[in-house]
Amino acid sequence: MSEQSYEPNMVLSTKEFDVVGKRPLRHDGVDKVTGRAIYGADVSMAGLMHGAVLRSPHAHARIKSIDTSKAEAHPEVRAVVTSTDFVDPGDKTVDLGEGLTRLAYIRNNVLARDKVLYRGHAVAAVAAASLHDALEALELIEVEYDLLPPVLTAPDAMKEDAPLLHENLRMMEFGRPTDKVSNVSDHFRHEKGDIEQGFAEADLIVEREFDTSTVHQGYIEPHNTTALWNNDDRIHIWTSTQGPFTIRDTTAAILDKPVSQVRVTPTEIGGGFGGKIPVYIDPVAALLSKKSGHPVKIVMSRAEVLEGTGPTPGSHLKIKMGVKSDGTMMAAQAWLAYEAGAYPGAMVVPGGMCVFAAYDIPNVTIDGYDVVVNKPSTAAYRAPGATNAAFATESVVNEIAEKLGIDPLDLRLKNASKEGTRRADGPKFPRIGCVEVIEAMKNHPHYSAPLDGPNRGRGVAIGFWFNAGLPSACNIAVNPDGTITLVEGSPDIGGTRTSVAMQAAEVLGLPAEKVSPSVVDTDSVGFTAVTGGSRVTFSTGLAAIEAARDVRDQMIRRAARIWGVEEDGVDFEKGVFHLKNGTENRMTFSELAEQIATTGDPIVGRAGVNPPGVGGSFSGNIADVEVDPETGKVTILRFTAFQDAGKAIHPSYVEGQMQGGSVQGIGWALNEEYFMNAEGKMMNSSLLDYRMPTSLDLPMIDTVIIEVANPGHPFGARGVGEANIVPPPAALANAINNAVDVAMNRLPMNPVAVMEAIWGKNGATD
Amino acid sequence: MPIIFIPAAMKELTAGAAEIRVGGSTVREAVAELEAAHPGIRDWLFEGNRLKPSIAVAVDGVVSPIGLLQHVDENSEIHFVAAISGG
Amino acid sequence: MPRRVHVQTTINGEEIDFLCEPRQSLLEVLRDVLGLTGTKEGCNDGNCGACTVIFDGRIVTACLVLAVEAEGKQITTVEGIAVGRELHPIQQCFLEGAALQCGVCTPGFIVAAKSLLDQDNNPSEDKIRLWLANNLCRCTGYDKIVRSVQAAAERMQEAR
Repeated sequence: MSEQSYEPNMVLSTKEFDVVGKRPLRHDGVDKVTGRAIYGADVSMAGLMHGAVLRSPHAHARIKSIDTSKAEAHPEVRAVVTSTDFVDPGDKTVDLGEGLTRLAYIRNNVLARDKVLYRGHAVAAVAAASLHDALEALELIEVEYDLLPPVLTAPDAMKEDAPLLHENLRMMEFGRPTDKVSNVSDHFRHEKGDIEQGFAEADLIVEREFDTSTVHQGYIEPHNTTALWNNDDRIHIWTSTQGPFTIRDTTAAILDKPVSQVRVTPTEIGGGFGGKIPVYIDPVAALLSKKSGHPVKIVMSRAEVLEGTGPTPGSHLKIKMGVKSDGTMMAAQAWLAYEAGAYPGAMVVPGGMCVFAAYDIPNVTIDGYDVVVNKPSTAAYRAPGATNAAFATESVVNEIAEKLGIDPLDLRLKNASKEGTRRADGPKFPRIGCVEVIEAMKNHPHYSAPLDGPNRGRGVAIGFWFNAGLPSACNIAVNPDGTITLVEGSPDIGGTRTSVAMQAAEVLGLPAEKVSPSVVDTDSVGFTAVTGGSRVTFSTGLAAIEAARDVRDQMIRRAARIWGVEEDGVDFEKGVFHLKNGTENRMTFSELAEQIATTGDPIVGRAGVNPPGVGGSFSGNIADVEVDPETGKVTILRFTAFQDAGKAIHPSYVEGQMQGGSVQGIGWALNEEYFMNAEGKMMNSSLLDYRMPTSLDLPMIDTVIIEVANPGHPFGARGVGEANIVPPPAALANAINNAVDVAMNRLPMNPVAVMEAIWGKNGATD
Repeated sequence: MPIIFIPAAMKELTAGAAEIRVGGSTVREAVAELEAAHPGIRDWLFEGNRLKPSIAVAVDGVVSPIGLLQHVDENSEIHFVAAISGG
Repeated sequence: MPRRVHVQTTINGEEIDFLCEPRQSLLEVLRDVLGLTGTKEGCNDGNCGACTVIFDGRIVTACLVLAVEAEGKQITTVEGIAVGRELHPIQQCFLEGAALQCGVCTPGFIVAAKSLLDQDNNPSEDKIRLWLANNLCRCTGYDKIVRSVQAAAERMQEAR
């Protein structure tokens, strides 16, 4: 593997810039390699109390009573709270950027009211002088439960006689409630063409069923929060979150406060991947602070993270595809049932939007079901819903290629979506890079490299994510030394301070090092949606570009004033202001910046954007594996990730997203699962047993960045955070299939699953 | 005239029609025309005077951040799609 | 309040004494008593490596060491890796190699990598991967971490 006759990290650039596309050091880097960066759990202040949360040991039960009197009598305890301390929200709904949600669901998830719906469901909380005291006090709280039978999978929960989690849950059809009461909270259908005619015209039809397990985002930093309910009734929260404004708005809604009474300071954040969007402990810490009169910090344990926060849905999927003998796709049908966990919202909608997005198919029907089960309420996880769907679709596409004897990438190229292709959910695609990604895969030396040896196989798959736009704000101030300070509201999880700063620098002709970016609290910047949806470099980047253009225009006016000319007489190019009429008057950005204070008002640029021109991103993998036929262990020999970045603003961090997303996809494919017993108890709620990939499990992850410019961004950027997690499970299933000739239709494909498949093929019954 | 694509679930309101041409120069006006011809559409999509937060509007393939206020022209395609963001 | 124990130890080359409860871990004392919050908590049961410190020449997870065990020991945390204003080559290579994204596992990786390179200035890729296998990173897929450790090894050899 060390012999490399190729470039392990390639950027197929189509356009060059001065700053964009280069690899400056990240602005927050020194603090993060020296241990100085302050993450949420590092926050400390005078009088700080430590909170802890009591969680349900049962997956499904009615709460008969909660007696907190003994805990309150503990000498070191300062406050105890239960859900009765919240204002009853009734039927109120809130929009938290992830669609409409009943406030009661969020509130009941934060602290259970009448029922516990999963093991790990928060029931009560205490604040005490130390964490040890708080944990002691939790044991003094007496909760009486009436146990109810748990239901743990979507197919079980959809049965007519299944136990109901919510007695009044009415199924929604595209946003409208129906009369049907069940565990199905939402159904949608997309239709295109005539599905029956499409299958009738097909020469080959492949129909398969798939299951995927519940998996967790697995960020290394547990959730944490510190809240101070101040004497003036204002609430200040310091927390690790992807969305400080989401925390502000949800906490305010749950506590029945105006948003202006809540201020959220985002600390450095130790990973999120979608899992640090929901609110869990912030309102609880706030209530504990109100009752105790102290600031209160809560830091989750790892078991609490796994059992009490939102993983991504397990799912049951059926895919049927029909093709002509030349490979032309004629019809495709999907039936998707995703497990929402305790409360509605299983990300099946984006799953449905992505399931056939890569292909131009004339006749399509997609049915999606959002199903509540007695597991933690699910959250987004990197291209939420898409990985489950692509595992199924891409596996069927690979099977079709094999049956028709067509190269799997040629089959994809023949049917690839492109600009103008109508998606199954209606709209036509704008400029996308599906074809270019597949072509890059075909052209890569990995695809044609020999793969010798027994039990070895190569697999391919592609994936797609729409990406999000959503609001972002940015302010830029010019300093007299020729630098700028840039203020934004997007928590930096993977180097976005720098990718955003670089875009402002490009506009102003400055090196990236002359920008000083800061992520600030919700009182100090305009509304900015979550760091999620692959949107920060695109959307907050656009805000930075607009703010920088505002600065540039003000600087041009200032130069005009200094030179005594009209402003249209001044040009700005590569960091230099000069007169258009050819005289020698010129000033660098620094020279003009130095004169700002003596020639007029301070120069401050500002922008708020909600950009429409979001560019979706396609990705692909080539994976080589070796399967041990004795143990079922799958070893990855070589792995190449491809993705359309539109324009890679900072290629190192684009590669990082691709490598990290690929490895999360590899973990999802080969190891990770919520191993639940019949009572709904997670049996592997530690990082020893919830087995995420280690450095020893992996080879280098090679990358190819494809650049198909997004017309919706001045530099062509597309979000790159998510699409990379989508193809690995299908690519690895394909590789395992090619290695030992077994069809893998269930995730994870751990040694047990692989051995069962091998035994099944050999006709053994073990 | 702009054309509104009817989501599968809502075809019961349009007697099965999947695409309907309407007048109007904004999405709001287009929906008002559709409502006049096929009552119930508005109730389905709206909460008060606004689109439900779970529903987004795409014009010519691009999800509009301004939704009902989005300008449409003669050849615009209007779709109602699920509002999503991501992780 | 439980009786506290007086502990004398050396952290990052400085003699330090502190009071702790017998039940407190070294991680708790580093973070909550001594304010050395560069050492991170990811699991509190020895499985993520975010709290890796060098303890008398060996790398340990500070969450699995009782604070009282620090008596008379030499401890190096991430705060002790840079020499004055000079970053250690590992830190510099992590920056240049984009080996961190969220950065919360980074202190543990830097401490573990330093202990590796102190013992072997030319480790193979396999040895690096084995040595770092107790440190979980969820952002990077390890590629840029391994490459940055390789780069640091080269830089340290050149400096000799």
